[in-house]
Amino acid sequence: MTAVAGGRFPGPVRGVPDVAADRVAAAREAVRRSRRADRRREARVGAVLAALVLGLLAVALSVGDFPLTPAEVLGALVGRGEGGAQLVVLQLRLPRALAAVVAGACFGVSGAVLQSLLRNPLASPDIIGISAGASAAAVVAILGLGLSGLPVSGVAALGALATALAIAALATRGALSGYRFVLVGIGAAAMLNAVVSFVLTRAQATEAAQALVWIIGSLNGTGWDAVVPLLLGAGVLLPACLVAGRALSGLGVGDDAAAGLGLRVGRSRLLLVVVAVGLAAVATAAAGPVAFVALVAGPVARRLLPGRTALAASALVGAVVLSASDLVAQHAPLLPQLPVGVVTGVVGAPYLLWLLVRAGRDGTAG
Amino acid sequence: MTAERSLVVQGLSLSYDDREVVHDLSLTVPPGRVTVIVGANACGKSTLLRGIARLLAPTSGAVLLDGRAVHEMPTREVAEVLGILPQSPAAPGGISVADLVGRGRYPHQGWLRRWTHQDETAVARALAWTGTEDLADRSVDELSGGQRQRVWIAMALAQETDLLLLDEPTTFLDLAHQVEVLDLLTDLNHRGATVVMVLHDLNLACRYADHVVAMRDGAVVAEGRPSDVITPETVRAVYGLECQVVPDPVCGTPMVVPLGRHHGGVVAPETSAT
Repeated sequence: MTAVAGGRFPGPVRGVPDVAADRVAAAREAVRRSRRADRRREARVGAVLAALVLGLLAVALSVGDFPLTPAEVLGALVGRGEGGAQLVVLQLRLPRALAAVVAGACFGVSGAVLQSLLRNPLASPDIIGISAGASAAAVVAILGLGLSGLPVSGVAALGALATALAIAALATRGALSGYRFVLVGIGAAAMLNAVVSFVLTRAQATEAAQALVWIIGSLNGTGWDAVVPLLLGAGVLLPACLVAGRALSGLGVGDDAAAGLGLRVGRSRLLLVVVAVGLAAVATAAAGPVAFVALVAGPVARRLLPGRTALAASALVGAVVLSASDLVAQHAPLLPQLPVGVVTGVVGAPYLLWLLVRAGRDGTAG
Repeated sequence: MTAERSLVVQGLSLSYDDREVVHDLSLTVPPGRVTVIVGANACGKSTLLRGIARLLAPTSGAVLLDGRAVHEMPTREVAEVLGILPQSPAAPGGISVADLVGRGRYPHQGWLRRWTHQDETAVARALAWTGTEDLADRSVDELSGGQRQRVWIAMALAQETDLLLLDEPTTFLDLAHQVEVLDLLTDLNHRGATVVMVLHDLNLACRYADHVVAMRDGAVVAEGRPSDVITPETVRAVYGLECQVVPDPVCGTPMVVPLGRHHGGVVAPETSAT
């Protein structure tokens, strides 16, 4: 007779011997090994990505028309630099570099959450019209209502949220279908981009230049006034999202199985959509509709950590992509004042094409 | 330890949008037994299972778990007692077996209480039970259909529920793997779990069920012991198929031999019982 190896299930024996204790022990060892390997991999990937972010941040603070040594940058950061370095680092470079890191992280998590939730690699805020909603609202605010500065960012964030609500309302019939959500979203993006173009054709050249950032996404001249609301929004939404990641991993087994596990599927989905859209809205309000960061961050992170929801890694990948792109945009030879959205577009467009071709072949992306 | 749970379906009606699929259905699931729901395609058997597992809200009637309506109970509380394995569930790409089975522990964890020794024990037992411990760090994508089904069952087992509902746990499996999965569920039942499942194969249903529920058009046509329920009359009523029923040479349970337009009337009913 074999020993019962603890645990509640399957309960009182009625004639059948329990699983041998040594097999349970072997299974326990295998579970431990597998979980340990997962944790180590997560830690390793996280450390490498975090180091990359810090490295890019350091480069962004020291490189430019006014080159600084690492010591000078550090001095400026702790408030002991000489006047010029202090000004360049704290007022010019730091807000822009921080905006790239934080907006990149927000885009990355937003895309990763929506992609997992809707089970579709195309379900990223820049593809399904959420960023376009922010752009349209911002352009109307600048050229139609004559707003500028922070109020424009607020209107942009509201535009993103309103667009997401409209898409959800149109795409939800009974149950939320990822496929329908993406299709409706792509339609909404086309419509909203048409709004942007229409408003711009009616605008004066100088006004249009101000509104341009809302078409392509740019961090040129980003100052603390744009970074502070971004930091506040991200400070609330990013931790919320990492906590909600638990629900996201539950939903990964499918709606029915997740409900069977005691997850409140409808409520969890709603919460996750709201947080993801909020992140995209905050990031777009600060950086404009930078394309492809949200699209690529999740898939890259999930490739590094297969089978995990990988939200923290997606945040770091998004930060790396946007920071690196913005460095290229700032320092590309012969192309002064290049908007970062152009750089991410050049890198991201081939990826999108590849995704669509692959989806057409095996049908996974709808 | 495992308690025998009472599960009673009372005048249950279930709809998708405006289409009513299950009509005023009542059923008492015998505790500690294996109940198998059979019926033609689209007769509402999967819908009934989803309704019992509170994945679908009733338009009228109720499902009572230990006397309480499941749709009014906290979903977490239901999940600690009643597990469901849906038909062909989808695993996230690249997920490892240990990770997937570990997600069965969801109802036992909280926002703060994360992975514990108990969780580890439950997962280890589920893996050992289903003979999947050697697959623990493999990716679910790489597994064969039979292995994958056993892993999903392991996830349901890790949930440690007294009641287990399964929607066609043998679909896409070859005969050997079908028998393997059903034997496993029988072992489980012998340790006290109440099992309710939808099966397509009538002969396997007869062999493994203590209680058979035959459905047609969202209603119960007949229920009871397989030998009482599975008769040529019931099969005709449920599937519209003529057949002969002979004793299974191995266990004596009813075995359905279908007739068809090309094969009928050769074997006389009297000589069929070999």
